[in-house]
Amino acid sequence: MPLDIPSPEVAYGPISPMLLVFGAALLGVLVEAFAPAAKRRVLQIVVSALGLVGALVATALLAGTEELVFNDAIAVDGPTLFLQGTLAVLGLAGVFLLSEQSLDSSGGAVVSKAAVLPGSREDVALAEDTRIQTEVYPLALFSLGGMMLFPASNNLILMFIALEVLSLPLYLMAGLARRRRLLSQEAAVKYFLLGAFASAFFLYGVALLYGYAGSVDLGDVFDATGTAQSNEALLFVGLAMLAVGLLFKVGAVPFQAWTPDVYQGAPTPVTALMAACTKIAAFGALLRVLYVGFGRTEWDWRPMLWAVAILTMVIGAVLAVTQTDVKRMLAYSSVAHTGFILIGVIALSPDGLSGTLFYLLAYGFTTMASFAVVTLVRDASGEATHLAQWAGLGRKSPLVAGTFAFFLFALAGIPLTSGFMAKFAVFSAGVDEGATALVVVGVVTSAVTAFFYARVVVLMFFTDAPADGGPTVAVPSGFTAATIALGLAVTVVLGVLPQPVLDLAERASQFAS
Amino acid sequence: MNESYYLLLAALLFTIGGLGVLLRRNAILVFMSVELMLNSVNLTLVTFSRTTGTLDGQVMAFFVMVVAAAEVVVGLAIIMSIFRSRRSASVDDANLLKY
Repeated sequence: MPLDIPSPEVAYGPISPMLLVFGAALLGVLVEAFAPAAKRRVLQIVVSALGLVGALVATALLAGTEELVFNDAIAVDGPTLFLQGTLAVLGLAGVFLLSEQSLDSSGGAVVSKAAVLPGSREDVALAEDTRIQTEVYPLALFSLGGMMLFPASNNLILMFIALEVLSLPLYLMAGLARRRRLLSQEAAVKYFLLGAFASAFFLYGVALLYGYAGSVDLGDVFDATGTAQSNEALLFVGLAMLAVGLLFKVGAVPFQAWTPDVYQGAPTPVTALMAACTKIAAFGALLRVLYVGFGRTEWDWRPMLWAVAILTMVIGAVLAVTQTDVKRMLAYSSVAHTGFILIGVIALSPDGLSGTLFYLLAYGFTTMASFAVVTLVRDASGEATHLAQWAGLGRKSPLVAGTFAFFLFALAGIPLTSGFMAKFAVFSAGVDEGATALVVVGVVTSAVTAFFYARVVVLMFFTDAPADGGPTVAVPSGFTAATIALGLAVTVVLGVLPQPVLDLAERASQFAS
Repeated sequence: MNESYYLLLAALLFTIGGLGVLLRRNAILVFMSVELMLNSVNLTLVTFSRTTGTLDGQVMAFFVMVVAAAEVVVGLAIIMSIFRSRRSASVDDANLLKY
């Protein structure tokens, strides 16, 4: 048994985007510990923004890099940098949403003392308390750092660490809502127990693949699949277990059960961050595992992913039709979108890869901004998320309702929005690779999703407001307004002039191996 | 000594853990079952480390232990908070979010 472990060569340059985000997160912890309470919020926003903008600049400077660093454990290549840049911008938008203070009468969306018992006298006092809690910023940054590492991991055990680094802060953040705290805590418990269950499967898959290949490096696993091995059971069971963990994170059927509950229960800024960024990171990791590690065994996993993709599209679209809560509806729509993105993954071609990257970017911005709009519609108890309360919103506030309608059209994939170009990119890649049946299912389910998006639009513009006057539309500060404006701009630009970003995604669609 | 016995034991532990997650109602016991699954992975990793003649598996087992410890901190905090607000740690009682 070789008893030496080669020490990795440390390359700070290629991993600087992640270092900047983790550095900002650690700095945020120090700010929590040493800065006076009155200054913490401003300091945290500045530290987070600097870290994320720095990460974006670093990914831009690294563009064109294609190398494996740290003994092949981290791959810095086109997909990594494309997704890391996207995550940095979306992370900044998420931090902006968390910083919003003018919507709730008592400050932000996050509870100031999470340990206080919901419903107790202290809790009632807390609802009017204007103190805010700033620990959520370092938590968000740690999670974002993990998300940036997740698609960059070329080594399965590192991928597991990244998975936990991104998940653990999210479990906590899901339970921190200032209003409807019981729902929020329940969402945290469900997310945590199911997430831990899924990551145990992921880990067992890693262990079996280690037994198969003698290494958890994706390159070594790929090499091992080319040799005649007797223990192929280890390969197939290992890959299946690995896929369970990854498909759980992207929210594919049959591992989607957590999605609606957690999206509904978590504070809406956290939901926005989770919906946009986790999906991007998890699809990045899924792409790397399948393209780099298992590109040669495609005939073994493709049929399974076909079944998962079809189930995901159909169940996501059908269940979304029956929803009565805006956040739950958006959650099921995200399940349906997972199915559409899976078509790009299954294509297993450069076009499929670039289409998937483009889809993730377009979907991330539209989703982030639509949840930002949800935070604006409020009644006395907080956000008014029941669909019946949204009736007649178009007359009360044409601007907000119009913006939301536009995002829904983008999610439905109407031409001249980013959603159309994104769907076109993955569907055409699917047809090119012989997945025509899958694309037909995709188109049909798109029509079903368009139905329930249109239903919300009809509700907002052509239905009378509820008798009690319904919810009010709060005026946001610059933070939420900037996030919505950014989402709107990206959705329009990618719909009208998608070519520069399509070219960028195409140039980025090469994995280092 | 035949290594496959260790693998079988690990697979058995993993199955018991998985069944525990699906069948037990108490959140703490569900969580303990997840920990059992993680430990069965450790046993698998160490056994494969011996069969493949590499050290990676033993190093990975340390990573898994550290991550499991971190998960305990977060998990118990969340389960404690829901137990305090509902006076029950049963996963069946957490039923406000549905449809």
